[in-house]
Amino acid sequence: MKKALVIILLVILLITTVIVCLGIGPTGISYKYLSGTDNDTESKIIYEVRLPRILGALLVGLGLAMAGSVLQAILRNPLAEPYTLGISGGAVLGVALCLVVPFLSAVKFSLPLMAFLGALASVVLVYLITSRHHFSASSLILSGVVLSFICSSIVLLIFSISKPTEIQSTLFFLMGSFATIDYPIIKIIASPLIAGALVLVFFSRDIDVLTLGDEKASHLGIAPHRLRAFLFIVTSLITGCCVAVSGMVGFVGLMIPHIMRSIVGPQSRGLFIASALSGAIFLVVSDTLARSVIAPVELPVGVITGIVGGVFFIGLLINAKSI
Amino acid sequence: MLKVSNLSSGYQAKEIIRNISFAVNQGEFVGVIGPNGSGKTTLFRTITKIVSEYTGSLLYKEREISAWPVRALAREIAVVPQFLIMAFPFKVYDFVAMGRTPYLGRFEMGSEEDEKAIKEAMELSGCSGLRERVVTELSGGELQRVFLAQALAQEPKLLLLDEPTSHLDIGHQVEIMHLLKRFNKDKGLTIVIILHDLNTAGEYCNRLLLLDEGRIYKAGSPSEVLTYQNIEAVYKTVVVVKENPISGRPYVMPIPMDRWETNVKTKEQRR
Repeated sequence: MKKALVIILLVILLITTVIVCLGIGPTGISYKYLSGTDNDTESKIIYEVRLPRILGALLVGLGLAMAGSVLQAILRNPLAEPYTLGISGGAVLGVALCLVVPFLSAVKFSLPLMAFLGALASVVLVYLITSRHHFSASSLILSGVVLSFICSSIVLLIFSISKPTEIQSTLFFLMGSFATIDYPIIKIIASPLIAGALVLVFFSRDIDVLTLGDEKASHLGIAPHRLRAFLFIVTSLITGCCVAVSGMVGFVGLMIPHIMRSIVGPQSRGLFIASALSGAIFLVVSDTLARSVIAPVELPVGVITGIVGGVFFIGLLINAKSI
Repeated sequence: MLKVSNLSSGYQAKEIIRNISFAVNQGEFVGVIGPNGSGKTTLFRTITKIVSEYTGSLLYKEREISAWPVRALAREIAVVPQFLIMAFPFKVYDFVAMGRTPYLGRFEMGSEEDEKAIKEAMELSGCSGLRERVVTELSGGELQRVFLAQALAQEPKLLLLDEPTSHLDIGHQVEIMHLLKRFNKDKGLTIVIILHDLNTAGEYCNRLLLLDEGRIYKAGSPSEVLTYQNIEAVYKTVVVVKENPISGRPYVMPIPMDRWETNVKTKEQRR
C-alpha cells in the first residue's frame, strides 16, 4: 500500500508543479491566472508560451523515465537508458537528416518518424553488439558512447555541408531544449508516446519475469526473444517521440528509475508509474529553471539534466557494489 | 508421462545428446547423473524447449514437446535452476508470485486461488518466514528454497531440478532432498533431478540414469547403476562402493590415486 501512497503523492506533486511553473518566468504573472485573466498579454504568455513548454517537458520527462526503466529491466542492467545507450543519439541523427533533406522536411509527420527510425536502428545495433557480452555494463556503456559519437559525428558532417540557417534549429536538438516547441508537434507525439507508455504498463508482469533471464522466462511461459524485440520497438517509439520535440535530454531515464526503485521497489508496474510521474515532475522543474535562471537568456534544458544526471551517474559508478 | 525415443539434440554445430531413449512414469523420482559435459543440462533444456531443435521423439503426455505452446508447458513442467543471477531486489513473495505467470492473462490480476497457491508453495518449501525479505540478500540455502517455492507455485505435474544442492552444505542438502521426497510421496509429484553427488542420488532416487558423452550408459535402480564398474568406466576414477548401513543404499567412495597404487589390499576390500 506504500506504493499506492507514493503514486498518489506524486500525482499531487505533479499537478502542483505544473501550476507553480506556469506562474514562473521573466514576466511576473500573479496566480490570478488560475481564476481566468482578462489581461490579453498575460493569457497569451500563459497559454501560448509557457503551457506548451510545460506540456512538452511533462510528456518528455514521462517518456524518457519510462524508456529508461524498461531498458534497465530488459537488459537487466541499472545503467541502461536511452541517452547512455546512444538511442537518443540515433534519434537525433534521424531528426538532423529530416531537417536538411528537403523532401523529408516538407512532410509533417516525418520528424517524429525519422526520430523513431533513428532510435530503432540504434537499439538494434546496441542489442547486436551487447548480446554477445551478455549485456554487461561495460559493453552497454562502451557501445553507447561509441554509437553516440558516431551519430553526432554524422550530424556534424550534415551541418558542415548544409546552410547556416538550417543548422541553427538543429543545434538545439544536439543540446536538448524545449525552446522551439509548439502545439502542433505536441499533438503529433502525444498519442504515440502515451499509447507506448500504457502498453509498457500492461506488459509489466511479463517484463518482471524477463528480468530473471531468458531461460527462467521461458520456463514461466514467456517467449523472451519475441517479447524483448517488441519492447525494444515500443521503447524506440517513445524515445523517438521525446527526441522529436526536445532533442537529446540526458540521464532522466537513468536517474529517475533508480531513485524510484529504492522507494517503490523493483516490480515493474509500480516502478513504471512512479518513474513516469517523477520524470515528468523533474523535467518540468528543470525546464522552468532553464528558462528562468539567467533570463532573458535561456539555458538548454539538456545542460541542466546533463550536469545533475552526470554527477548522479558518477556517484552510482563509485558506490555500486557490482555493475 | 515423459517418453523419450532416439532423441538427439545440441547446439548449432555440436551434438550433445546422442540417440537416447527412456521414459519417466507418473510419481517417479528419477536421478540423472554423469560427468560434466555428459549432456544432463542439455537434456533438460531440450525437454523445456530452450533447445528447440531435436531429432527423434520427445513426448510429454503423449504430445510432442515441439507442439506444446510455452505457456501451456509452463503449467505442466517447472524447473528449479542451480542458480539465477538476480538483477533486481524483488521481495521473496513477489518473486514466488511470478510462478503464477502462466496462469494469468495480461490484464488479469491475481485471484484468491493464485494467492492460495503462492502461500502453499511458500509453506511447503519452508520459506513463509522469508516473505518480506529481498532475494538479492538471501543465503544460498534460502535462495534455493525460494526457487523451489516459485516452481511449486506453477503447480507443475513434473518438476525438473538442475543440481539444486550443489552450492549447499550437507545440512541444507538433506533439507532440500527431504522436502522433495515429501512432495514426491505426499503429492505424487513426478521429479527428475540432476545430481552431482552420487550418494545423494543413490539415497533419494528410485531410478537413476547414468549419462556418458550424451548417451545413456546405464539406467536402473541405484544398486544396479552405482556399481564400481559403471562409475569407474564413466568417471575414470577409482571408487569403492559399499552399502549404507542405515538405509541399505549403495555408497560410493572415491579412492585417491596414490593409495590405490600402493595399497593392494584395497582391491580385496572393494568387493
